[in-house]
Amino acid sequence: MPGVHQMKRYSAFAVAREALRFHTGWERAWRSPEPRRRYDVVIVGAGGHGLATAYYLGKNFGITNVAVIEKGWLGGGNTGRNTTIIRSNYLQDPSAAIYEKARGLYETLSQDLNYNVMFSPRGVMMLAQTQHEIRGYQRTAHANALQGVETRFITPAEVKELCPIIELDGPRYPVLGALWQPRGGTARHDAVAWGYARACSAMGMDIIQKCEVTGIRSENGKVRGVDTTKGPIDCAKLGIVVAGHSGVLAEQAGFRLPIESLALQALVSEPIKPCMDVVVMANTVHGYMSQSDKGEMVIGGGTDGFNNYTQRGSFHHIEETVRALIETFPMISRLKMLRQWGGIVDMTGDRSPILSKTPIEGCFVNCGWGTGGFKAIPGSGWAMAELMAQGRSPLAEEFSLDRFRVGKFIDESVAAGVAH
Amino acid sequence: MLILECPCCGVLADETELTAGGEAHLKRFGPESSDDEFEGYLFRRENPRGVHFERWRHSHGCGKWFHAARNTVTLEVYGTYSAQTTEPPEAIRQKISGVAPGWKWRLFK
Ligand SMILES: Cc1cc2nc3c(=O)[nH]c(=O)nc-3n(C[C@H](O)[C@H](O)[C@H](O)COP(=O)(O)OP(=O)(O)OC[C@H]3O[C@@H](n4cnc5c(N)ncnc54)[C@H](O)[C@@H]3O)c2cc1C
Ligand SMILES: [Zn+2]
Repeated sequence: MPGVHQMKRYSAFAVAREALRFHTGWERAWRSPEPRRRYDVVIVGAGGHGLATAYYLGKNFGITNVAVIEKGWLGGGNTGRNTTIIRSNYLQDPSAAIYEKARGLYETLSQDLNYNVMFSPRGVMMLAQTQHEIRGYQRTAHANALQGVETRFITPAEVKELCPIIELDGPRYPVLGALWQPRGGTARHDAVAWGYARACSAMGMDIIQKCEVTGIRSENGKVRGVDTTKGPIDCAKLGIVVAGHSGVLAEQAGFRLPIESLALQALVSEPIKPCMDVVVMANTVHGYMSQSDKGEMVIGGGTDGFNNYTQRGSFHHIEETVRALIETFPMISRLKMLRQWGGIVDMTGDRSPILSKTPIEGCFVNCGWGTGGFKAIPGSGWAMAELMAQGRSPLAEEFSLDRFRVGKFIDESVAAGVAH
Repeated sequence: MLILECPCCGVLADETELTAGGEAHLKRFGPESSDDEFEGYLFRRENPRGVHFERWRHSHGCGKWFHAARNTVTLEVYGTYSAQTTEPPEAIRQKISGVAPGWKWRLFK
């Protein structure tokens, strides 16, 4: 067992102390060790979901002989590329349960991790711009009431009051109302990965970056370990948490997943003065927007329709998204865009995630979060840790791989092609 | 921007003219098939990081379906061919073997 790493706490006092000694006392947030030959648990993928899984294995189950193996840098996958929308207003009960668990954990995550993840429950609204959407969102609001998730269907006047820069009578689709989740919002994506990484490292876990898993070893149907670019590593339990690359890892293990990998893009504008303090999603016209603390407008849209592993997307999607948002927010028409990027999202047939055992004993997968898994990170890590430690988790139960065989889908695709 | 030549009408079409139709050459299963067969057919896609055979429709052109062979990492297009076939034509397979040594049709178990 590696020793627990003594970590200085972040606090107002620490900021004052460091100010007085010219910031010479800040220490590295996590160690960067070489891998050892064996761990109780190996997690592949140091995105939010992998790191959160490791964190709750330690925190909730005392399992700290853990390595998290990352081929790039931690948080460099979709976790560091998303538009950070957090909400839990899903339709189906299993979804509401895990997303609301995650949203609830986000409320106190900064205190729990002693790391400011900048959770900002500023409110999320999903615009209804067709009769169909009105009915759909009213149905979701009723479902949420039964699930104990606080949402409300609001009128166009309330939409305008919450977000004055919105154009209610756009040229194509007027705003007819919205599904409003007052405790939804955003968080700082990198900080979520960094906060979990720091806490894992402090518990004595090894986070091994720039180390790619190239093979998965099993014997008599039981997992034995992984081959990596830094040599073989043995483990008793393995968690595959690699989002868009889940198919690649599954192939290494010798099974197939019901996943397809597509590119999803986002972009941000030059920073402007505060003009919008809620998140707005317009699913009919395909675009959504919020304003970051730096003042940039953070914008996302739809996925490409074809398989892609390049972390780039097609230009015409950017054009479509921006066009849609100019209809919805005419005042942004003169804004310059600063940068654009893409991530590889792992899409399942019913647009719900997979947290599951696999055909290989001791090998578990957590994937399929697709275009919308940032919001789920704490809840997913919580459930995945429980699944890996105990062999079952109430939150993960319905999200098993088996559902595709028996036809027990958790259909969240009805709401929109873009659900983030 | 992805550009594919439609083998039906010969037009070089960019992706805004086309609709992606997912993995090609699936073996279809109907009534009386087992749960496993249905699951495989409906959901378990090859999703390779590399050579991919896929269906496309020239939806804002001649309207016809066709097939394309493409690389999902380099975005190289190896060629397009008729939809009236259950396997990629020999010429395309040879071309792919030339640029991706070791590659075999349906390598995946
Ligand atoms: C543009 C965009 C916008 C989005 N917007 C939102 C949003 O607003 N709200 C929301 O909730 N979600 C959003 N999402 C989705 C969200 O980002 C993802 O669902 C979530 O971040 C997935 O986290 P993860 O930890 O599973 O994957 P990742 O963060 O992708 O982590 C997986 C890690 O595995 C590593 N890896 C892969 N292969 C190997 C290997 N062989 N060996 C070792 N390591 C490997 C990768 O390098 C990567 O770091 C968005 C996604 C994108 C791309
Ligand atoms: Zn054509």
